[in-house]
Amino acid sequence: MPGSSASVTPLVEMRDMYVSFGGLHAVDGVTISLNPGEVVALVGGNGAGKSTLMHTLAGARPADSGQILVNGKEVTIANPRDARAHGIEVIYQKLALADNIDAAGNLFLGRELRTSLGALDDSAMASATRDVMKRLNPRFRNLSTPVRSLSGGQRQSVAIARAVHFNARILIMDEPTAALGPAETEQVRELIAQLKSEGIGIFLISHDIHDVFDLADRISVMMQGRLVGTVDKNSVTKDDVLGMIIMGKKPAGLA
Amino acid sequence: MTDTTQGTTNNPATETRRDWRSFLASTEVDTRLAGMIAALAVIWVAFHILSGGDFLTSRNLWNLSVQSSSIAVMATGMVLIIVSRNIDLSVGSLLGFLGYVMAMVQTRWIPETFGLGNGRWYTWIVALAVGVALGALLGAVQGSVIAYGGVPAFIVTLGGFLVWRGLIFRMGEQGQTLSPLDKTFRLVGGGPNGSLGEMRSWILCVLGCAATCASIWFARRRRLRYDLATRPVSVDIGLAVIGSAVIIAAVAFVAVGYESPITKAPTGVAYPVVIVILVTMGMVYLSRRRRFGRYVYAIGGNPEAAELGGIDTRRTLMMTYVLMGVLCAVSAAIQTARLNSAVTNLGVQNELDVISAAVIGGTSFAGGIGTITGAVIGAVIMQSLRSGMVLLRIDSPSQDIVVGIVLITAVTIDAALRVGRRRTVAVALTVGLALAALIIQTGRQ
Repeated sequence: MPGSSASVTPLVEMRDMYVSFGGLHAVDGVTISLNPGEVVALVGGNGAGKSTLMHTLAGARPADSGQILVNGKEVTIANPRDARAHGIEVIYQKLALADNIDAAGNLFLGRELRTSLGALDDSAMASATRDVMKRLNPRFRNLSTPVRSLSGGQRQSVAIARAVHFNARILIMDEPTAALGPAETEQVRELIAQLKSEGIGIFLISHDIHDVFDLADRISVMMQGRLVGTVDKNSVTKDDVLGMIIMGKKPAGLA
Repeated sequence: MTDTTQGTTNNPATETRRDWRSFLASTEVDTRLAGMIAALAVIWVAFHILSGGDFLTSRNLWNLSVQSSSIAVMATGMVLIIVSRNIDLSVGSLLGFLGYVMAMVQTRWIPETFGLGNGRWYTWIVALAVGVALGALLGAVQGSVIAYGGVPAFIVTLGGFLVWRGLIFRMGEQGQTLSPLDKTFRLVGGGPNGSLGEMRSWILCVLGCAATCASIWFARRRRLRYDLATRPVSVDIGLAVIGSAVIIAAVAFVAVGYESPITKAPTGVAYPVVIVILVTMGMVYLSRRRRFGRYVYAIGGNPEAAELGGIDTRRTLMMTYVLMGVLCAVSAAIQTARLNSAVTNLGVQNELDVISAAVIGGTSFAGGIGTITGAVIGAVIMQSLRSGMVLLRIDSPSQDIVVGIVLITAVTIDAALRVGRRRTVAVALTVGLALAALIIQTGRQ
């Protein structure tokens, strides 16, 4: 198993995280970790707290308490900028693209390349976008049209390209295949395998238990804000995991 | 586009249309913008014919250019505010207040309060500086309440609409008219001597042509350097030629072609028009080539994505109002200088004209869509309608009705075009034109 030995420093550790909205404990004392080249799937019913936990890691939502360690060092992540500075990139379920702006503009949104005079360097951004797209989706052509007019798969490529271009070391994918057709889903799977081989760690939020078993190394199950448990994919069955999601208890016989 | 299923069609009409479309696509000219220019041309020709040849004259177009300027300046700022899914209803009142303050500086504070007398060399500079600084400050106040306070822009600027107008009366000694204004300051309004004159207009013309060609050349070179697709050379040359020709024609016919009734010499480009050109260039640069502009469009397109992209959305929104305040001050200078006085009802209903200009110019209330150039053309379209109807001796209430009809028609067509509903476009165009024609016909005095 990649990264399962204890001697490796985890890419990310979130310790004892608490996030609440008003009186509701959306994330209630969760501890979770991610090793280099590893895919950790986060599963659980609606409102289990998976997305909230990941939003906290991405800087989109503050935590009430808890520690975040990146490469063993404690860090403060107050906003998306902080998260990116630590090599954390997110591919949101809704992709978080500005529909009225082209692929290059979206790829560099918030991190634009500029000329020496401080103007936007659109040509440099378009060129960089073309290069990263060549790797991800060779058929991608529409570099200068607003992403509104792109297909679901192409939009997904733009969102993924954004993470890849900036050399993410920690990637959060929120339902990456939910809106895609079979061919595009296969593309995303290949991409995940490729990223893994480059030593990138991936948190995968998914409802699809088949996806989870195909892609993940470890599976963390959440229920009502709490971590039910984290299990090694090879030591459990799908039924075990479904049981954890529904019953909120680890099956007997697992540590 | 229409005949992809027919395979090898030899229909010449379809062929021509496709050629035409591919040519348009290769120029990368905004089709929406091209449509607006076409609409403007139709309006001009129609009024020219209806008025028996009075519309397309140097004198009328020169006046039109000066009369459009104040609204055009503000419309460039309104575009960014509407693009970011907000609104500013206070611009008319803010303009009135800033105009009044600038007039106070010239007629009361410098000469009387500070006892420095009239006609100082610095009078106009101080007046303008105070106006611009105050505009930025008041814009920042409104913008902060909207962006940081989370209060809807409609409410905040509705409040501003009342407050700024009320303040004019509070400071205006029972609302008296302030006049006359400083001689140099008055030039901003484009009155007598308020133009570049023949020689300097031609210099501006040459600079304009050079800038047009240079921008096309540099854009091409940048794209080539990064090995990106470029337009065909012929198209680039064509655009440079057409652009320069338009500039030369405008300067020759409208600016230099118009002889001042007072000096009997060619007037040249009026200062307010120079201001519009500079403001437009600055705002286009800001909106297309700076991060600030990119962020405004990103917020309008998807506020959540902008936030997740690490953009300081609040600061960006606040800055759009600061900019709007500055532009209000510029317009206030143009209007007061033109009137040679500040009156308490200065800028009344201007907010509606400014919003209309932006919307006729293709700005969408759904956010994320709209261009600076479009808004300026929108302002010219509005003023063309008004001027044309004045030439036809249409009474003022009927003018309002026509402008209202045109506004609704334009937005309906724009919305229908975006989703490709051609029948709606045709119906809106027919009904709109028929209603406008009816009002014009029955409104003639």
